[in-house]
Amino acid sequence: MQKVFQRPKYLKQAVFHYCPGCGHSIIHRLIAEVIEELGIGEKTIGVPPAGCAVLAYDYIDVDMGEAPHGRGAAVATGLKRVLPDHIVFSYQGDGDIAAIGTAETIHAANRGESISVFFINNACYGMTGGQMAPTTLLGQESTTTPGGRNEKRDAAPLDLSEILAIARGSVYIERTAVNSPRNIRKTKRAITKSFKTQMAGLGFSLVEILSPCPVNWKMTPVEATKWIDDTMVKTYPLKVIKDTVGKIDG
Amino acid sequence: MAGKKGTIIIDRELCKGCYLCIEACPNSLIGIFDELNQLGYYPAYYREENNKDRECTGCATCALVCPDVAIEVYRE
Amino acid sequence: MSEKVLMRGTQVIGEAAIRAGCRFYAGYPITPQNELTECMARSMDATPGGTFVQAESEIAAINMVIGAAMAGARAMTSSSSPGISLKQEGISFLAAQELPAVIVNTMRGGPGLGNIAPSQGDYFQATRGGGHGDYRTIVIAPNSGQEIADMTRTAFEYADKYRNPVLILADGMMGQMMEPVIFPEPIDISSLPPKTWSLRGAAGRPSKVILSLLLNPAKQEELNWKLDRKYKIIAREIPKAEKYMTDDAHLAVIAYGTAARIAKGAVRRVREMGLKVGLFRPITLWPYPSRELHELSRHMRNFLVFEMNMGQMVEDVKLSLEGRSDVHFYGRPGGTISTPDEIAKIINTLYHRQNLEKDS
Repeated sequence: MQKVFQRPKYLKQAVFHYCPGCGHSIIHRLIAEVIEELGIGEKTIGVPPAGCAVLAYDYIDVDMGEAPHGRGAAVATGLKRVLPDHIVFSYQGDGDIAAIGTAETIHAANRGESISVFFINNACYGMTGGQMAPTTLLGQESTTTPGGRNEKRDAAPLDLSEILAIARGSVYIERTAVNSPRNIRKTKRAITKSFKTQMAGLGFSLVEILSPCPVNWKMTPVEATKWIDDTMVKTYPLKVIKDTVGKIDG
Repeated sequence: MAGKKGTIIIDRELCKGCYLCIEACPNSLIGIFDELNQLGYYPAYYREENNKDRECTGCATCALVCPDVAIEVYRE
Repeated sequence: MSEKVLMRGTQVIGEAAIRAGCRFYAGYPITPQNELTECMARSMDATPGGTFVQAESEIAAINMVIGAAMAGARAMTSSSSPGISLKQEGISFLAAQELPAVIVNTMRGGPGLGNIAPSQGDYFQATRGGGHGDYRTIVIAPNSGQEIADMTRTAFEYADKYRNPVLILADGMMGQMMEPVIFPEPIDISSLPPKTWSLRGAAGRPSKVILSLLLNPAKQEELNWKLDRKYKIIAREIPKAEKYMTDDAHLAVIAYGTAARIAKGAVRRVREMGLKVGLFRPITLWPYPSRELHELSRHMRNFLVFEMNMGQMVEDVKLSLEGRSDVHFYGRPGGTISTPDEIAKIINTLYHRQNLEKDS
């Protein structure tokens, strides 16, 4: 027998600090797998966020430079402009990218910065304890929307990926999820395409990944994966939102 | 393991007991171990004692969904 | 040696930065420093390997500088007071992550939106860190076109040497004034020592991370101690001040930047009247040239601090003198500019009130 599935080369030997059933570590693994498959581990630089994934550098085994909360796209811009032949990605949660860092993200997209952005949408602020995020669904309970998110009081969810698709410099934006084997495979393909888009120097790409947060959703991990299918995708349909890249090799 | 198409090894000390693998296994070959691991969870384990018509095929779906990279998969 | 050219202060910074090897600039328009941003746009286009980004905000600009510094480039951003406030989070990160960068503040009247006239209201912000946490930025306050040209190079050298953000503190007057300048020759970037700590991809070495999150208090304390040791070395190595006619003086005016230019004119006027008055001009504001000032106090008991604010540097003067001398203050805030005659009058009054003419 031969080993067909093991810890990828660019994932450090470490126990994740994430809660049981959290999607972050699946996404970390997928990024590490794609980096290995594309052979870009020696020239990739990651920009982790503030939030649960702030410790991403403890897991993904490439050079990493920590950004202030929300500023991933700006820090990545500085890195990529100085090192245009390197692969630069930012890894950002929904509060990081769609609230405090909205301006940096929209303008990086509009400039067509040749970076890959991984936007993890778990519909809440995870690390701070489950407050309302810009992505929290209408009616969804959080510690700051005790009766459920109310459009009049709390505004409706922000569809950041759709907004970014309008930006002229964005070339590829897809929304995926990591709640099922099928969706995980699709997410990996999207991450691959995003990196390849950057390797070809085609412009700004982003993968929004719906990711379970069982603890703050007050569900079991299995319930959380089902909630994404049954509820979350109604607000955030899984689809290619923008693609001017088409088929890409390399 | 003669005759088997595949097998898995679950690192019980990496498992956090989310049981997404149990949900994912098409042949119901993963169960919950009845002793706590060092992280304080009842880890998933590979039920090798299962009968012939429910063999591991090495499809790796369990490993794919495992958030803690606790599963290694082997195939013929 | 380059030839002498007549140039505006903001443009001098730009030209000097390029010559100092600056290859990344990000900025956002704000008066009175727009010529610098414009100059960098032109210069970076004309410089191989140079990058100019007009950022969407001051916040984005400083964060782009963080990224460029991580990648090992000599990087700079510039702004004026309200914009510098926005950059403070990023400056705190630069300090914590020990990243070299140069930040130019062409100060204007404040607080709030204030006005676009020259002011020195940001002394506290510049020298006390400005952002959150236990850190220091090196602060350089040039007072002439030539000094801007020379000290801009020094700023990049200090930033790299100490892996620390360096602030060039100017004001609207310094930025807008045209003066003859001789630029130092451009450096050869390839001659700079390699930045082994920078992020260039983990090729042939383990991966590394530049971070400031230290959840373990012991680790955080370790970083703070390490920074503190570095700050002590900086405080020993680089304090700089100009002394003008202080040898026989009974009274010294203490002023920096534009205020020092005005004060020097005032000192010349009162000297003509026979008053023994000198000028002490700090060129580094952090570290403050305390030892130099302290030495002056051995033969001088009276100091007049003149600032274009309501009294900020005066605190550093008092801290340096430790109660050994009388410290007087005169300030004009809000972007108003004193004349040398006005300061001469203040000096004259003080001189006689303190009976200093009897000291000789």
